[in-house]
Amino acid sequence: MTGVIGTLVAAVIAYAVLVLAGYLAPDWLVLVATLAFTKGLVALGIVALMRGGLVSFGQGTFYCAGAYAAGLAMRSFGIGDAALLVALGAIAGLILGGIIAPLLAGYRGIFFATLTLALSMIVYGILNKTYSLGGSDGLNLHAPSFFGYRPAGSENAGYALFLFTGLIMVIAATLCRIHFNSVRGLLSHAARDNEIRVEYLGASVRWINSVNFIIAAVLGGVGGALSALSLGHIDPDFAFWTTSGEFVFLAILSGYVSVTAVFVAAILVELLRSYSSQYFPNTWQGVLGIFLLLIILFLPGGLGSLALRLRPKGPEPAPSPAENLK
Amino acid sequence: MTALLETIGLQKAFGAVIAASDISVAVEPGQKLGLIGNNGAGKTTFINIVTGHLKPDAGRVLLDGNDITGRAPRQVRRDGVSRSFQIPQLFTSLTLDQNLLLALAILRQEGMSSWKPARSDVKMAELDDLLERFRLRPYREQTVAVLPGGVRKLVDVAMAVTQRPKLLLLDEPTSGVAVEEKFPLMDVIMHAIEFTETTVLFVEHDMDIVGRYADRVLAFYAGRIIADGEPAAVLSNEEVQRYVTGGVA
Repeated sequence: MTGVIGTLVAAVIAYAVLVLAGYLAPDWLVLVATLAFTKGLVALGIVALMRGGLVSFGQGTFYCAGAYAAGLAMRSFGIGDAALLVALGAIAGLILGGIIAPLLAGYRGIFFATLTLALSMIVYGILNKTYSLGGSDGLNLHAPSFFGYRPAGSENAGYALFLFTGLIMVIAATLCRIHFNSVRGLLSHAARDNEIRVEYLGASVRWINSVNFIIAAVLGGVGGALSALSLGHIDPDFAFWTTSGEFVFLAILSGYVSVTAVFVAAILVELLRSYSSQYFPNTWQGVLGIFLLLIILFLPGGLGSLALRLRPKGPEPAPSPAENLK
Repeated sequence: MTALLETIGLQKAFGAVIAASDISVAVEPGQKLGLIGNNGAGKTTFINIVTGHLKPDAGRVLLDGNDITGRAPRQVRRDGVSRSFQIPQLFTSLTLDQNLLLALAILRQEGMSSWKPARSDVKMAELDDLLERFRLRPYREQTVAVLPGGVRKLVDVAMAVTQRPKLLLLDEPTSGVAVEEKFPLMDVIMHAIEFTETTVLFVEHDMDIVGRYADRVLAFYAGRIIADGEPAAVLSNEEVQRYVTGGVA
């Protein structure tokens, strides 16, 4: 249990640092960080999948489902509390993920990636033509309240949303860290290496992948709901393939070793996008591409693999088998 | 005595190649059975059918009298059958410790726990015992990808033994291992399962190893069993010498 307690303590410290950093940071940076956290949550879901050897190119499906669930709850039922809206986003991801997971559990590699992409494009197409949900224009949302508290002024509202998003992010990251260190987390990693041995040990690779998919779907739904609240607007582009591609970009950039790296990568990309779109308005996508290329060339394990490089070297060379078996 | 494993009329063909032709065998509990035969004779097909990796075209597999034909490998494992592979099937990016801890965790039905840490005091104690029995302690923190072939073979067998099987199938446990390591490796394996009452079937090409470790031998040729009996009798069988051992008794 020491590992779990250590993770919980680290989470409390991380949140305290976030509260302070958000208080000191300028408003624009608080907004950038809030958006980065929401996208980081979706990318964290892809990281959970990647640890099992799968990459989804269609997380926009769940991101969009979470956003629309929160948006519709706000507009149709007058629900304005951020916690409830995010819970609804999570439930939307859970239901959709629960339906899709068994259908995709038998697919691997490019087939899995393409099918998830196709699903997201179906959702995009349907939303574009569903005028009761705003069609291609989408829907506007108003600012939420937080456990009954409605901050006055845009500055306070921005900081409150930052704190709330940061709290959800820290909770999600902590649960994922505990999960990754658990038996099931290690089993996912093992399934990535060798499905045959996993099956011969008595575990089901289909089940492992299904659960990972549902975890990713829930995180996608939560991220979508928080994005909707941050932007104050939702539209079918939430499910568009470029949105899903951005999450994959973040997951590759961070690697699947560290959960912290996912959010660091998300902030880096948001900052890079902000600056490059300001200074290179017509070529900023190229700057992002070069950035990703450099990471793949020089840090193929992602930003999280830096932590591994800093660890002490491995154990001393072991004796030869013949010597050891004597 | 009820046979632990009984196969009745197993048939399997891959196109025109007959891999199993009317294979009927009964294995008593506690036996150490050597499976010999040239490449393509049907030894691994037999193991793959028994462990659920392949479904037979016809015939049945009974374990303790229960029909397990066509069950998935994970179900067969739960019924008490474990196996090792000719090419070790391990989690190569994990350490040796982590490989065995996972096997122990699944045995303890913790495989689906997102809360229980992979390392726990209870499992570490069991792991220590396993490392000792298989003489794997010096390699425990190494990533499996960098381990020598002989050690990987041992880990592969240890993973199977960890499941405390009633029936253990070893597919060429000494293949790819240096000549001077073969007997010590088999000694370690047999010593590790000595007090477990596990029934062992092992595929082997080295007749010295078969003679030393098996108390019964099945000789395969072209998907058929051409001899079945005590090692000395089978290895001196005329057909076995002609088709399998090439005159080596």
